[in-house]
Amino acid sequence: MDFKIDKTQPPMEARGILTQFGAHVVHENLNFRIESGEIVGLVGGSGSGKSVLMNTLLGLKEPEGGVIRYFGHNRRELSPEQRSEVNNEIGVLFQGGALFSSMTVRENIMVPLREHSDLPDKLMRELADMKIHMVGLPAKAATLYPSDLSGGMKKRAGLARSLALDPEILFLDEPTAGLDPVGANAFDELILGLRDAMNLTVLLITHDLDTLYTTCDRVAVLVDKHIAIADSLPKVQAYEHPWVQEYFGGPRSRAALTAGKT
Amino acid sequence: MSSNRNITPAHFELSQSGRTVTFRASGDWTLKNVGEIDPVLTRELDALDYDNVQYDLANVGELDTAGAFMFARAVRKGPGDRHKWKVLKGDKGQRTLMQAAADAVWGEPPIETRQWYDSLTRIGTATERFFIELIETVAFVGKFFVVLFKMLLRPSTIRWKSVVALIEEIGLNAAPIVMTLSFFIGAVIAYLGANLLSTFGASVFMVDLVGVSVLRELAPIITAILIAGRSDSAFTAQIGAMKMRQEIDAMTVIGLDTFEVLVVPRALACLVSVPILTFLGMLSGIFAGMLIAWLGGLGISPILFFARLNEVVDVKHFWVGLVKTPFFAIIVALIGCRQGLAVTGSVESLGSRTTTSVVQAIFAVIAVDAVFAILFYQMGI
Repeated sequence: MDFKIDKTQPPMEARGILTQFGAHVVHENLNFRIESGEIVGLVGGSGSGKSVLMNTLLGLKEPEGGVIRYFGHNRRELSPEQRSEVNNEIGVLFQGGALFSSMTVRENIMVPLREHSDLPDKLMRELADMKIHMVGLPAKAATLYPSDLSGGMKKRAGLARSLALDPEILFLDEPTAGLDPVGANAFDELILGLRDAMNLTVLLITHDLDTLYTTCDRVAVLVDKHIAIADSLPKVQAYEHPWVQEYFGGPRSRAALTAGKT
Repeated sequence: MSSNRNITPAHFELSQSGRTVTFRASGDWTLKNVGEIDPVLTRELDALDYDNVQYDLANVGELDTAGAFMFARAVRKGPGDRHKWKVLKGDKGQRTLMQAAADAVWGEPPIETRQWYDSLTRIGTATERFFIELIETVAFVGKFFVVLFKMLLRPSTIRWKSVVALIEEIGLNAAPIVMTLSFFIGAVIAYLGANLLSTFGASVFMVDLVGVSVLRELAPIITAILIAGRSDSAFTAQIGAMKMRQEIDAMTVIGLDTFEVLVVPRALACLVSVPILTFLGMLSGIFAGMLIAWLGGLGISPILFFARLNEVVDVKHFWVGLVKTPFFAIIVALIGCRQGLAVTGSVESLGSRTTTSVVQAIFAVIAVDAVFAILFYQMGI
């Protein structure tokens, strides 16, 4: 077996994806590619299938057609061991944080470590504490239970867990939804900082225009069942499509744009 | 990070000049190999006495947070106290990781478990909880009756639609299982009676045995326990999930009384369903007894069976069985609802409350049945 995760290959690529539930087609001929080290924002109207796309890319759902490649490897051709090795390179932050409610924050972060490494307990604890520190949580959060945390803290704790194994790719599902503007800004900063420190590739599903303007290198627009355009913000804004025009031409977008420039 | 097979082993070299230690590292420093190097590194660092650390990371291949954390071991003196450090050679990513690792602070250590102390504490809290549960259940029952009588004075406030829907769920949908189980129990009793009594040559008495035991005890108890397992747990889970998703809070804010909307309809539905189910259970149990008597080798024909049943089994046994059922119904409904409303935010509490709910309901059903047995005996019924 000469399986190796080649970091020069694009971490994730989807070609010709077809997703459908019964007769209802969600994605058709969808092509999407994330390059190493970039932050890609994924936008699309409510119900356009953003979360379905994320689940498909993660492997929680098999598409009805098309190919998904991780680091150049076709997902279908990977053996279960290779698959799990690839999975260790992917971290996910679910919308509500999806922390295990019966464990403390520290234990939550230790779950992937316990599962995929054989480090001594004390070292795992220290590494978990370091992750807690890296996502900007106070040290005393380590022994708290998820039910004791605020919404923003839960997201940070969820992020810390998704970073536990130092993944290459990070999926963030609406990371700033439900956070106050101060918290949301801090979270944007955090993502940028972590990207630099850990050389992450980030896919960000968001409705938060501020996040799009401040953090994303590229923005992918999911409309009409496929990715219509995935490019830098100015080019996306210039794209001729009624929905895209409405999305980026609305008052909220303009406000976020001016705020981002000053 | 490359896969297992492509790791360059991590090496380090510590050299001291004056009060400064130079930390020269090479190879891959990742989560996959720090486990082996940690004890060696810690031991060597403990042996040194120094004030400053400088890092030469030029030959480091892969570095992740776990690796950076290893480097930062050199920075930590004791709890909270740190050495001065700087990176002599290393790229930007390595520096950022080093900064993060060196800055990290430890949280509280996890709470140690002390076996004896903890088991004593647990006995204490369990005892306390038992009494609290008891008082709260009684309070809940009291509150329920207050609300129920208020609503009975104005019957239009009762949510009949949901009562009917719940009767379908609790009563109609449970009818097959109640009847099947009662059938089996009736058959078992019939066989038992036939076997034991035939030794006296009095196998016809098995009719009395089946009739009295099914009518008086078995049908009501089987039904109540089934409803406790089937509907009581559903009540707790439904109401508990509503509580977790703040639906209960939303109701309160909108001005809906949770007792009126959730508890009373369930109690009323149980009140209607359980007696009917018990009656069906009685029918099916006696039918099973008749079948065994007829086809099971005793040769008691259905006509003889019913003639005997009519003659020896007083109708009071039927009423004794049926009069208990409303009590069982209320017990099961109220315990299910109360435990559901007691759920807090966590998934764990939903699980433990559902367990508690079923255990309490079955316990209470059997306890109340025993009280009834004593009562009827004393009354000579």
